[in-house]
Amino acid sequence: MRPQLQAPGPRYGEKVIQGLLAFCALLSVLTTTAIVIALIEPTIDFFGVVPIDEFLTGTEWSPQFEPASFGVLPIVAGTLNVALWAMLFAVPIGLGVAIYLSEFASPRVRSTMKPVLEILAGIPTVAIGIFAITFGLPHVIQPLWPGDFLGGVEKPFIALAASFGIGLMVAPIIASISDDAMSAVPGGLREGAYAMGASKMKVATKVIFPAAISGIVASIVLAISRTVGETMIVLLAAGSTPNLTFLPNEAIQTMTAYIAVVATGDLSTASLDYKSVFAVGTVLFLMTLAMNLLSIRLVRKYREVYE
Amino acid sequence: MELGGMQSERTRLAAAGARATVAASLSNRPRRDVVLNNAFAALLLLAVLIALAGLVALLAQAFVKGAPALGTDLFTDVPSTLRPESAGFRPAILGSLELIAGVILFVVPIGIGSAIYLEEYADNTRWWNRMIEVNIQNLAAVPSIIYGILGLGFIVRGPLDLGFVLVAGSLTLALLVLPMVIIAAREAIRAVPDSIRQGALALGATRWQTIRRQVLPASVPGIATGVILAISRALGEAAPLLLVGATVFVTFDPTPFGDGFSAMPVQIFQYATRPQEEFQALAFAGVIVMLGVLLAMNSFAIWLRNRYEQRW
Repeated sequence: MRPQLQAPGPRYGEKVIQGLLAFCALLSVLTTTAIVIALIEPTIDFFGVVPIDEFLTGTEWSPQFEPASFGVLPIVAGTLNVALWAMLFAVPIGLGVAIYLSEFASPRVRSTMKPVLEILAGIPTVAIGIFAITFGLPHVIQPLWPGDFLGGVEKPFIALAASFGIGLMVAPIIASISDDAMSAVPGGLREGAYAMGASKMKVATKVIFPAAISGIVASIVLAISRTVGETMIVLLAAGSTPNLTFLPNEAIQTMTAYIAVVATGDLSTASLDYKSVFAVGTVLFLMTLAMNLLSIRLVRKYREVYE
Repeated sequence: MELGGMQSERTRLAAAGARATVAASLSNRPRRDVVLNNAFAALLLLAVLIALAGLVALLAQAFVKGAPALGTDLFTDVPSTLRPESAGFRPAILGSLELIAGVILFVVPIGIGSAIYLEEYADNTRWWNRMIEVNIQNLAAVPSIIYGILGLGFIVRGPLDLGFVLVAGSLTLALLVLPMVIIAAREAIRAVPDSIRQGALALGATRWQTIRRQVLPASVPGIATGVILAISRALGEAAPLLLVGATVFVTFDPTPFGDGFSAMPVQIFQYATRPQEEFQALAFAGVIVMLGVLLAMNSFAIWLRNRYEQRW
């Protein structure tokens, strides 16, 4: 007797379910498409009025004045200003925590610190923004600022206050992803180094750190992308003065803050202000897209090597 | 006899010499190395302490500054621009609850459905499946304000044209956290070993029966953790809501399709930007309420993960 190995008939129910599930997955592609469509149409309209080279190379951003000027550089500089100082603070702390957790901490310390980091990373940015401007600026930045250096820190809103808050927000992200990358380095490398008599510091810095470098860089790139896209902290702490500067003690405006301030009012969809929101949004989207893709590639690289 | 004594003496000396050499090269590391190592460990510990100090200072400051305004009337009073003593968060709290209910309705079926498709059905060698994957990873890191623009240009106006209503805010937040849910659900599904699937298939179950009866039940804790973390993210987001009409001065209880709604983080932001001391205290009281809810949710999610994490 030949065994019956064929299914008794086509199962249409199974196909329908598979189709529904595939549609769910496709919805995320549609989201990206919708973002692009939402951005592109008003952006093209905007460039019909404001020449694209004037937008990209102009050094004056004053949409509310007459005559309005749409040079995007000051608010791009504002975004980079905040990101630069935030990284100067977040990268050493994030990496320090990561190396400590992965190479120095006992398993018990590690398993308590990980959730604490997750909680820190989960605090709403509006709470961090309030903390940055009412605690970070008067009780941390002003006491530590070296006197009259660069004219002192007298302004009520400064880029550095936002950097302080954002650093606090992204340091746990850097710590968590870098710790994962370093923990994924095979134990054999570590044991080999210890057997040769290397100290913990030598093992961490000369063996584990280079082996995990792509994951570490990915965590930093992702952190920069988060910084560039952060809105509430800069809105609360950095002011809203477009300012082409990289000084940490100046009031500035970032791209995100501009979008949030202008789009909140009930604007007419035909106004140039309304369309400028989408043009700035396009710049922001492209900047973060480039960084995200880089970070995704780097993470995949270390996964390929060690997992 | 004499010879044997000499030999044992030589062996003893040789052993001692070797031991001394090994000890010198291993335990008696150069002094500089030991000092450097300790300094490095101290620096690392300092980084950990700074991160912890930031968390503790944030919580402590919220409690000190928010305590005077804390009370049950926060939950019953409506916002006011003039009288901070009788201003509260009622419409904002209700708005946040309704927003989150909408997010859950949307994100749970679609997030889990996408994850099942990508883990159980999709053929990873096909370019379109790889594209979906990269696309989701990118969406997880798109700035929240861009989702606000999407909501404004696509949901409030444009194709869906819902207007500035609560449902538009809900949809925007749902799209924002959908990638988080998908990524977490995929990890949970991937952790179920293949032998379970093969066992079910070998007994004659169809693909969907295998997923429905074996894979999904085994991955529920991981999926639930991801969903809770995603919801707590949605609860704390303010930026995209600013763009889709979370107008801050709402003194009535919000309805899903009624004009105008508010949410906790937006209301906190609004109070925080007022110069008066009393409104600042209100903002901090709001922060306490929100942090309380979020900490409870996150702790529960982490507990859930650690409690039900299965080692196969």
